[in-house]
Amino acid sequence: MLLVWQAAAHFANPRLLPSPLAVLDSVRLHTASGDLPRALAATIARVAVAFALAMAAGSALGYAMGRAPVLDRWLDAPIVVLLNLPALVLIVLAYVWIGLNETAALIAVALNKLPNAVVTIREGARTLDAGLDEMAAVFGFSPAKRLRHVVLPQLAPYIAASTRSGLSLVWKIVLVVELLGRPNGVGFEIGTAFQLFDVASLLAYALPFTALMLAVESLLVQPFERHAARWRPARS
Amino acid sequence: MPPGGAPLAVDVRVKRARSAAGETVEIISGLAFVLASGEVAALIGPSGCGKSTLMRIIAGLDLAFEGRVDHPPGARIAMAFQEPRLLPWRSVEDNLRLASPQSIAAERTALFDALGLLDHRQHFPGELSLGLARRASLARALAAKPDLLLLDEPFVSLDPPLARAIRADLARLIASTRLTGVLVTHDVEDALDLADVIYVLSPRPAHILGEVRIDTPRALVSARRGALAAEVERLRHSLKPT
Repeated sequence: MLLVWQAAAHFANPRLLPSPLAVLDSVRLHTASGDLPRALAATIARVAVAFALAMAAGSALGYAMGRAPVLDRWLDAPIVVLLNLPALVLIVLAYVWIGLNETAALIAVALNKLPNAVVTIREGARTLDAGLDEMAAVFGFSPAKRLRHVVLPQLAPYIAASTRSGLSLVWKIVLVVELLGRPNGVGFEIGTAFQLFDVASLLAYALPFTALMLAVESLLVQPFERHAARWRPARS
Repeated sequence: MPPGGAPLAVDVRVKRARSAAGETVEIISGLAFVLASGEVAALIGPSGCGKSTLMRIIAGLDLAFEGRVDHPPGARIAMAFQEPRLLPWRSVEDNLRLASPQSIAAERTALFDALGLLDHRQHFPGELSLGLARRASLARALAAKPDLLLLDEPFVSLDPPLARAIRADLARLIASTRLTGVLVTHDVEDALDLADVIYVLSPRPAHILGEVRIDTPRALVSARRGALAAEVERLRHSLKPT
C-alpha cells in the first residue's frame, strides 16, 4: 500500500497528495510541537467517554426492551427515529440546545451510537435461554450471580458486535463533533488543515489516529471476543 | 400424614393447571399425593400428559395453578431437567460449584466418581455426549444435597443400555443417601429401579389413575418386577376411552 501511495504521489501534485515521507515529516513536526499528542489525547478521551455512555445506557435499555414487550412497544418508534436521524442533525441540535460545550459534544456522540447498541443488545436479550433461567431459579442464583454467570455470557457476542460497530461509528462522529464545535482534538486540527489546504498535516493527524483505533480493535476487542467464545467447541 | 411416621417432604395438591401460555387448555385436572422424607415417588404417564408441568409447579417455576404445594420450611430443592441445562461457558465442575457453592471438593469428587465423570470434570458441556451431559446434570442436582430432588425424564432419548447404566448409578446413590425425590417418566423400568411408590397418570388433563407401592426391599424387586409392571400396565389402561 505504501508503494502504491509513493508511486501515486510521484505523479500527483504534491499539494494534493504528499509522499509518505512528507507526511512522516509532518507527523514528526506536529509531535515535536506537542500538538499531535494533545489532539489525540483529547479525541481519545471523547471517544472513550461517549462510547462508555452509549454502551452502558444502550445495553441497559436494550436488555430491558428485549425482556419486557410492553417497554419494547413504547420505545421502538423513538429508537427507529434515532437510528435513522442523520448524525449532523443531532450534533447541531445538541450544540444549539445545550451550548457549544463538552457536555453537548459527548451527548451528541453518545446519542448517535445509543440506538445501535439498543438494537443489538435487544436482539441478544430476546434470544436468552429460558431453560437456563429456570435452572438458575431452581438453584437459587441471586440476581447478581444470574447476571454474571447466566445472562452476560449469553450477551457477550452481541456486546462484542456492538462494541466493534460502535467504536468505528463513535470515532467517526467524534471527529465531526470536534470539527463543528470544539477548540481541540483531531477533528479540529483536520478542520484547520482543510482551511489551510494542508493535506500533509491532514494526513499527519488522520493516520496516527486510525492506527490507534486499529490497535484498540486488535488488542482489546478481538481478545475479548476470543475470551468470550473459548467454551465453544471448535468449528470443523 | 405420610406412611411410616417419617417427616413430610412434600405435600402436593394441584386442583387445576393450565398451559403456560395462559390459554384455556387444561393440563392437570386434579393431582394430590404426599411424600415422606427418604421416599422416591415416580409419576408415570404418557408424554404430554402434564408431568413436566407438575414438576415445574413443585419446583416453584410455574405459578399458574390452583391448589398448593407445601414443603417443610427451608427445604432445599434441586432438579435435573429433561435437557441437561448446564452453563455451556463453564466447566462441569464449575457448573456444580455455581449451583451449590456450599459443596466441598471431596463431595464433588465422590459424585463424579459415582457417576463416571472423573475424567470430564474440567470439560465444557459442549464437549460432552448427551449421556455425559445428563450425568453432569444429575451430579449438579445431587451436589446440592437437596431435601427434595426432582427428576424430569432424566433418561429420555438415551440408548437403552446407556439409560440402564446411568439408572443403576443413580439407584445406588439414592439407596446410599436415602434421598427424597419425585421422578417423572414414561418408562416403567425407570420407576421400578428408582421409586418406592408409582403413581400412574391419565392422559391430559392429568389425574392419578392409581398407585403401586413397592414395599419389597430393593434387592428383591427384580423377583417381583413382572408382577409390578403388570399392575402399572393394568392401571394405565383402566381409563375407558370416551
